[in-house]
Amino acid sequence: MSSQLVVFSAMSIVAVLSAVGVIVSRNAVRAALALVVNFIVLGVLYFTMNLELLGISQVLVYTGLIMMLFLFCILLLNLGAPQMLEETSGLKRYVAVLLSLVLIVLVLTQVLGPVAFSGAPGSESALAGIPTAPDGYGTAKSVGTEIFTNWIYALEICSVLLLLGIVGSILLAKRRG
Amino acid sequence: MEGVPLSAYLALGAVLFAIGGLGVILKRNPIIIFMCIELMLNAANLTFLAFSRYHDAPLRGTIPMEHTYMNGQMAVVFVMAVAAAEVAVGLGIIMAIFRMRETVDIDEMSGMRG
Repeated sequence: MSSQLVVFSAMSIVAVLSAVGVIVSRNAVRAALALVVNFIVLGVLYFTMNLELLGISQVLVYTGLIMMLFLFCILLLNLGAPQMLEETSGLKRYVAVLLSLVLIVLVLTQVLGPVAFSGAPGSESALAGIPTAPDGYGTAKSVGTEIFTNWIYALEICSVLLLLGIVGSILLAKRRG
Repeated sequence: MEGVPLSAYLALGAVLFAIGGLGVILKRNPIIIFMCIELMLNAANLTFLAFSRYHDAPLRGTIPMEHTYMNGQMAVVFVMAVAAAEVAVGLGIIMAIFRMRETVDIDEMSGMRG
């Protein structure tokens, strides 16, 4: 077991534990903070894959923007202790855990198995470790060049979507009358 | 990280995705359900990036190699943008429902007979 694999395992354990913390904590603020930990660990994992720009924007966008929106929403809703929703119990919980276990097993056997253990193209590199990144793989320059040349239409559609999102959320937040 | 195989990233993505799906089924607070959806989006992002980082050959066809290297990162960029728009609209909807009904229990929201 290489030292990099040890570091990766430690980070993925933190990621999985914080993800579990999101769904076991009954307090919404604690769930949000656990999710922040998860997002930061994922950002660090992006850095380990030479994805500098996406690692930074993961931390900025998710923990800076999205989780701030969540915390504002929790603050505004003011869900105190009497309003804390008791969880569903009994049969539904067991069925849900069973379903997610089935999902994990399905994904692991159907996606990971062929990738790792068959003679499919790329399977030899799947077990061998990471290939060398090309020059400037995750830098802002290469990502920006790619966005503004080959993906320009997707970018324009995305900007229209964000504009619609702004207008829609203003309309939803506006009080009637 | 030279010593980490692709399977490790994919397994982490699968586990995170399943935990997020479990939360979406189990929880009754719509804000936490939204958080679990974000968790699932992030797991999918991780899988995109791992596949894109580890594939060392261009896809079959005539696409030049320098165009296929960036496809995973482009997908993640657009997923982030769509997630931002989705969270803004979704939290607006939750606020509107809370103002109207004074509760956020997702099991009580049966107005659309879903």
